[in-house]
Amino acid sequence: MEDVVTAKGWTLVCDLDDIVSNTGVCALVDDEQVAVFRVGENALYAIDNFDPNANAYVLSRGLIGSLGERVVVASPIYKQHFDLRTGECLEAPEHSVRAWQVTLQGDHVLLGQPLR
Amino acid sequence: MTMKLLVIGNGMVGHKLLEELMERQPPGLDITVLCEEGRPAYDRVHLSEFFSGKSAEDLSLVEPGFFDQPGIQLRLAARAAHIDRQQKRITTADGEVLTYDKVVFATGSKPFVPPIPGNERAGCFVYRTIDDLLAMQAWGMHAKRGVVIGGGLLGLECAKALRDMGLETHVVEFAPRLMAVQVDDIGGQILRRKIEELGVTVHTGKSTLEIVDGDDTHHRMKFADGSYLDTDMIVFSAGIRPRDELARQCELGVGERGGIHVDNYCRTRDWDVYAIGECAYWGGKTFGLVAPGYDMARVVAAHLCALLERKHVLQLPEFVGADMSTKLKLMGVDVASLGDAHGTTPGSRSYQFSDERRQVYKKLVVSGDGKQLLGGVLVGDASEYGTLLQMMLNGIELPASPEFLILPTPDGNAKPGLGVDTLPASAQICSCNNVSKGQLCDAVCAGATSIGDLKTITKAGTTCGGCVPLVTQIMKAEMKRQGLAVNNHLCEHFAYSRQELYHLVRVERIKHFDELLARHGKGLGCDICKPVAASILASCWNAFVLQKEHASLQDSNDYFLANIQKDGTYSVVPRMPGGEVTPDGLIAVGAIAKKYGLYTKITGGQRVDMFGARLEQLPVIWEELITAGFESGHAYGKSLRTVKSCVGSTWCRYGVQDSVGTAIDLENRYKGLRSPHKLKMAVSGCTRECAEAQGKDVGVIATEKGWNLYVCGNGGMKPRHAELLAGDLDTPTLIKYIDRFLMFYIRTADRLQRTSVWRDNLEGGLDYLKEVIVHDKLGIAAELEAEMQLVIDTYECEWKKAVTDPQTRKRFQHFVNSREADNNVVFVPERGQIRPATLEEKRSRRIPASVMTE
Repeated sequence: MEDVVTAKGWTLVCDLDDIVSNTGVCALVDDEQVAVFRVGENALYAIDNFDPNANAYVLSRGLIGSLGERVVVASPIYKQHFDLRTGECLEAPEHSVRAWQVTLQGDHVLLGQPLR
Repeated sequence: MTMKLLVIGNGMVGHKLLEELMERQPPGLDITVLCEEGRPAYDRVHLSEFFSGKSAEDLSLVEPGFFDQPGIQLRLAARAAHIDRQQKRITTADGEVLTYDKVVFATGSKPFVPPIPGNERAGCFVYRTIDDLLAMQAWGMHAKRGVVIGGGLLGLECAKALRDMGLETHVVEFAPRLMAVQVDDIGGQILRRKIEELGVTVHTGKSTLEIVDGDDTHHRMKFADGSYLDTDMIVFSAGIRPRDELARQCELGVGERGGIHVDNYCRTRDWDVYAIGECAYWGGKTFGLVAPGYDMARVVAAHLCALLERKHVLQLPEFVGADMSTKLKLMGVDVASLGDAHGTTPGSRSYQFSDERRQVYKKLVVSGDGKQLLGGVLVGDASEYGTLLQMMLNGIELPASPEFLILPTPDGNAKPGLGVDTLPASAQICSCNNVSKGQLCDAVCAGATSIGDLKTITKAGTTCGGCVPLVTQIMKAEMKRQGLAVNNHLCEHFAYSRQELYHLVRVERIKHFDELLARHGKGLGCDICKPVAASILASCWNAFVLQKEHASLQDSNDYFLANIQKDGTYSVVPRMPGGEVTPDGLIAVGAIAKKYGLYTKITGGQRVDMFGARLEQLPVIWEELITAGFESGHAYGKSLRTVKSCVGSTWCRYGVQDSVGTAIDLENRYKGLRSPHKLKMAVSGCTRECAEAQGKDVGVIATEKGWNLYVCGNGGMKPRHAELLAGDLDTPTLIKYIDRFLMFYIRTADRLQRTSVWRDNLEGGLDYLKEVIVHDKLGIAAELEAEMQLVIDTYECEWKKAVTDPQTRKRFQHFVNSREADNNVVFVPERGQIRPATLEEKRSRRIPASVMTE
């Protein structure tokens, strides 16, 4: 798929159907790797794909789950959990990552800017 | 003050003394240990396991590095030959002279060999040391029939050893019944019938007059009644005698039937000389069990330390005699004897129960007023032993109808009497290691909430193992009391153990995680419960793991059917069943690895691992592997990995069965089977065991007659030898047992619990496992086999399915919106192949991600 930059600075990265429910994919936006997750049917989350604990771009391949109220992904390398809303690394806060704006427009998954 | 301590003997008791001393670390203690044997202390209680798979190393009691500590020297193969008490000198058989301040005799016993003419012929053995066993084993290779002289406790142990060696086994006993000391007439009869059912011929009331040449056999034993018995080997196991010859020589005072006189501190009449264990004579008797020996070791250790520290200790522990109750399993038959088993106490009464169909006999001896338990005998079923022993030792008042303590309950309700709660904290639960109920409870409080932890911390149950059921009960009761509520919940989303979830999935025929979560869980699930559910669903129904409903449950390795590496690339392992591969197959693997620039390495499981594949390369690599005839190797799954094999009878001069063929059959049978953890197997073509099958979850070793099946071995972090589950099986039976074993493990194990740990935590241990797998005690064998058959019938190569399914295949790209590769994946050359670049290397030079050599 070609990158489509919309007027508001959002990038269309894929259709909702491209993400199997309760899994993630990795999108390339301006040379940055962003992990985009689909939780349940329609909820979307995005955080950096880079796992600072492992120095590898892998977070999109982690398992999604909940810990208490938090929705998290577990890194596939060393299993640290990242909060999908904030990017916080629960086990090692110094290794937290950025969360990104993400939204669903019709069937399109649009990625915005990092939240911090 | 310094003290030169000489310890003569490094048996179980002698070694216990050393452990106790080293633990206390008294200053100024310099210990020299003389060990007559060529190897340091080992577990003589479990000696017969040497014939059912344990090695000399397994039996060792010496912690690694123990004798490397300062202040202790061990002399192996060094026998004390002479003692000069005036000069305080010991001369060894090699003529070396050692001086001492204190000396401890821990010389143990020697087997008693009855003075029968011919008892020194070749092919006559005793059963005491590992060297004895090695000699028996060597001779047994060429023998068909073996006889044990002596039908006591050790004699029956020894008969088990002969039977494990595959010999036609006979037991010859002088007394009119087996185990004459511990059990009464009826108990002896039941025991005899049970043991004969196991294929051992028992001859009681036989007095052997002489041993001569047989017609076709090595020996002929002639009996006083005129009959005779031909045999190829004879093992004397007619009791033991204390090794007190040194003490006799220096006039230390010995008992009428041997044994060195000691006082309550285990001192001899020369206060610089102590004696402990089987060689010591206290209160008119010697003690042939390990627990009293350990008690003596503790007493002496405390005494020596008090002397060294010149401290006046008010309450030095004293040896006060020992309860000689025993419980053991002889060839799978439970036998227990408590206290006054024969009812010799004046005025005592007895209760007896016998069931000839189940071959169970139980007897209680109670005091005249019916309030105290004095003793008992249990044959065929000794499950009440722990309770009865505690009642007897702690003087707990008997219920009004004590007979119900041994009678079976028709409705299966719990028996009256002893909940572990009624035991005082001071009750000694593990007599071998002197662990009280209070200590166990303290350890549970401190966090030991599994039987394994509890054993490690308190040592309870680690010697004879007889108290393990009681220890388990106490642990559970204490956890309950503390409100720990034995929480085995899988995670915050499921208030069930893995085993319980497995049953829910099966019984309710649940096919999807969503369904399971909706019915029995909460939240979204997590990286703990999702893979567990995926594994259980696959074990039960075996649907394709990457189909839409299951895909999101899979851990990254299962999700991409490959093993993720530290840099986010994957390794690829095609299946090579039994480690067999054709030259064309090897060439294909090599060509593919070369084409995609992969690093190749031979694995421990006899196949080839290819590293450095990027996500988007996996399907194309697999297309080529499938074309070359390969299937998924499941290296990524908690599932069967490999069945390793040696080359077997087809090529090898020594092989007795076709190990490669069997390994290939097994691997093809169980490939794709999902389980609580990874599974490894191996098949060896002969007893030389080149496939290292005893280090595997399932190990098969060829015999002349078929296959020996070993289970629950492990390499890895905590190596454990596999144990013999069944011997001399034909191939269909072998497969049947493996089916049952694997499915039983899958049913009952915890998450990520290898078979070795599962086995260590299995209540009832190996015997229970044998009952379930071999004798179908639970009546589930057919069910287990059918469940396995379903998995086998529904096998599909996951990779074949993945590359032909467009939906699945779509997921194998790094970016959802670009065909580019992950530019963080960087390789550098090393030894002619690639390796991941280090962080520094990545920073200093960005080189292209792929090293394609196409």
